[in-house]
Amino acid sequence: MKPRAKFLVGGAVILGAAGYLMASSIRTTAVYYVTPQELAGKVAADPSLVGTGVKLGARVVPGSIERDPGGREVAFRVSDGARTYPVEYRGVIPDTFTDSADVIVEGRLGTDGTFHATTLLAKCASRYENAPKYRSTPGYRPATVARSA
Amino acid sequence: MILIGELSLWVALLFAGWGAVVSFTGGALRRADLSATGERAVYATWGFVALAAAGLWTALLRHDFTLRYVASYTSANLPRLYTITAFWAGQEGSMLFWALILSTYSAIAVWANRGRNRALMPFVCGVLSAVTLFFLATLCFGASPFTRLPYDVVDGNGLNPQLQNPGMAFHPPNLYLGYVATTIPFAFAIAALVTRRLDGEWLAAVRRWSLVSWFFLTVGITLGMWWAYVELGWGGYWMWDPVENASLLPWLTGTAFLHSIMVQEKRGMLRKWNVVLVVSTFLLAILGTFITRSGVISSVHSFAQSPVGVWFAALLGIAVAVTAYLVATRLKDLEARAELESMISREAAFLYNNVLLVGIAFSVLWGTLFPILSEAVRGTKITVGPPFFNAVNVPLGLLLLALTGIGPLIAWRRASIANVRRQFATPGFGAVAVLAILLALGMREIHALVAYTLAGFVATTILQEFYKGVGARMRMHGEGVALAFIRLIARNRRRYGGYIVHAGVVILFCAFAGLVFKTEHDVTLKDGQTFAVTDPYGHHWEFVSMGISRFDALNRQVTAISLKPTRDGHPVPVIESEKRQHVDSRGSPTFEPSTAVGIDERPSEDVYVVFTGVLPDDTAEIRISFNPLVWWVWYGGALMALGGLIVMWPQADRARAQSGYAAVLAPERVAPAPAVT
Repeated sequence: MKPRAKFLVGGAVILGAAGYLMASSIRTTAVYYVTPQELAGKVAADPSLVGTGVKLGARVVPGSIERDPGGREVAFRVSDGARTYPVEYRGVIPDTFTDSADVIVEGRLGTDGTFHATTLLAKCASRYENAPKYRSTPGYRPATVARSA
Repeated sequence: MILIGELSLWVALLFAGWGAVVSFTGGALRRADLSATGERAVYATWGFVALAAAGLWTALLRHDFTLRYVASYTSANLPRLYTITAFWAGQEGSMLFWALILSTYSAIAVWANRGRNRALMPFVCGVLSAVTLFFLATLCFGASPFTRLPYDVVDGNGLNPQLQNPGMAFHPPNLYLGYVATTIPFAFAIAALVTRRLDGEWLAAVRRWSLVSWFFLTVGITLGMWWAYVELGWGGYWMWDPVENASLLPWLTGTAFLHSIMVQEKRGMLRKWNVVLVVSTFLLAILGTFITRSGVISSVHSFAQSPVGVWFAALLGIAVAVTAYLVATRLKDLEARAELESMISREAAFLYNNVLLVGIAFSVLWGTLFPILSEAVRGTKITVGPPFFNAVNVPLGLLLLALTGIGPLIAWRRASIANVRRQFATPGFGAVAVLAILLALGMREIHALVAYTLAGFVATTILQEFYKGVGARMRMHGEGVALAFIRLIARNRRRYGGYIVHAGVVILFCAFAGLVFKTEHDVTLKDGQTFAVTDPYGHHWEFVSMGISRFDALNRQVTAISLKPTRDGHPVPVIESEKRQHVDSRGSPTFEPSTAVGIDERPSEDVYVVFTGVLPDDTAEIRISFNPLVWWVWYGGALMALGGLIVMWPQADRARAQSGYAAVLAPERVAPAPAVT
């Protein structure tokens, strides 16, 4: 066997092993990443999904957050506008978790229709959406000169 | 100044467009006058981009809140340092920063090659101008940092507290310097393909630029890990977040290139492969910017998102198409000059190194893009997390570590068995000794044992090389140990600088493996209460709560918990963790509260304290973790960067510079341009 062929076999073995590892670990660690509406659709189509790990990406319904005084447990509702799910989470709550924050919760949908989350990732909503708040603050004056670039 | 900056952006756009047109025309028609005009256009572009940047900095420092960008990312009470660094806090400023670095690099490259690589330069200038044009176009037509607000505001929104960290001054600039530096090798690769001058010439020109890119990426990634560790408060430094992965990808392919370039230099092999690596590195750097900036994949880094994603997708598409066409039409010119002669040879080791690095890069890319791919193919987003990346990359990484020790000791072309036995006797013993000691100490975790055994092997090979080299110098030149050591490195920078990088890699792997032994404790403490625990090394720790304090700082209200620890009865400095509520200049709260972690750093382990909450009766909820060997991550990264610096440091004596690598390349001086077909 020529060295070149030997190398190709060796390389193929390495890449094959890597490919096998990738395929097998995707099967065991991959989770669905869904919006509340998609989750509802999936559960309706396949009830076995209740109790399976999924990631749910949605926005926190303002005013729905009920924090445990200690800051380690929280109950809230998330929505994508079409469907709303109650969520229960226990663990360290990120600082960015507030009303209207975009969150990704990972966990399982219980038979009671509540989502039991084991991880909670929160992303602060884009800052600039709040700009109009300055219109109601003291010192605000409407622009007198048209400014545009 | 602000108006000048805004206008300069448009002038720079025109110059970049002009530069691209005349450079390509000059190259294609072989008109030296047009090419010279193209080079001058590169300088002019740089000048005007610099003016535009100066304009934005002026606006930031003057707190000109009529600019949307300034109002969005700063406030009147923001510390000066962060007002300056807010330049790259948002989308538009980051793009301008990219353009600034790119045009600066371009000007340097053109200047450095003013008497060299004349046949390549018109196309290099053309590609560089075209890429600069792209960035300036996204700024001018997509998202300009000079956009004004339609109404007045008294104060800006302020900077996200997570960006108010000294890391902000170093991490993004270093990453950008690394990302952008991949453009120059890309430009040379395209120029070499177009002109069919695919020998050593272009490689010699790009090697240093690839090192520059690699150096800054290494520094940037290390700083990013440090920042995540001290700022985000989840107790780790790498979570396989898409943006982290994006910075790792060009680093991996760039590292592969820096190794495979040696194979082409010495043996004339891997000529196609090197072109592919250079181009992939550039594409991955663009993809990295794209992922960071487009928000196409959700990530903790999604501070700014915008529609420029489409622009980036277009740039990636064009670059792939152009390269594919050029490579396909020039396959004959890219044929290897030699064949692999033996599996036990330096070439084979480098080849496997490349297979592994590219394999790792591919798996990381696959995992990062998997949500998008699965959505496109199956209609559902499926994500993979850290378990996926670890499952794939831990075995590949360990193999790579083994090669780090094997490669440098094997001879080129064909190594004899006797040679192999002689070279590997001591390192093999080193590995076995490390394994025996760890087993005797009671370590049973299989991954950690493999990692440390391999680390022992590689460390011994490096020590052996330095020992031999220093010994030879002491015998031949009669030098003392220290002088021989310094001269050994200084006279063989590529070789011994490379070993220093490898030493950094060994330290990093040891530090990574240390996290296997991490322990975490959630505790609640009232003022005066004590938490007692045993750390992974078996030391006994006691943490006494000194209670919660509340105070105001410049732009924030602070609630802090202080812990007074003792280790085996000996006092350790107080550890303090804070909850911060940032306020604007009128004193009302801005942003969500943030947490500042408290860390007691020591080489053996970090004690990492996160203040997670307060109960109504002033009981503090705290997470205390022991993170073994984290300290070494920063120093391993620093050592790698130092090695990189040694490798790329210019050597005055060119003849001696090549010792250790009798290179086959002699970059031609001014040569007549060959026919372009």
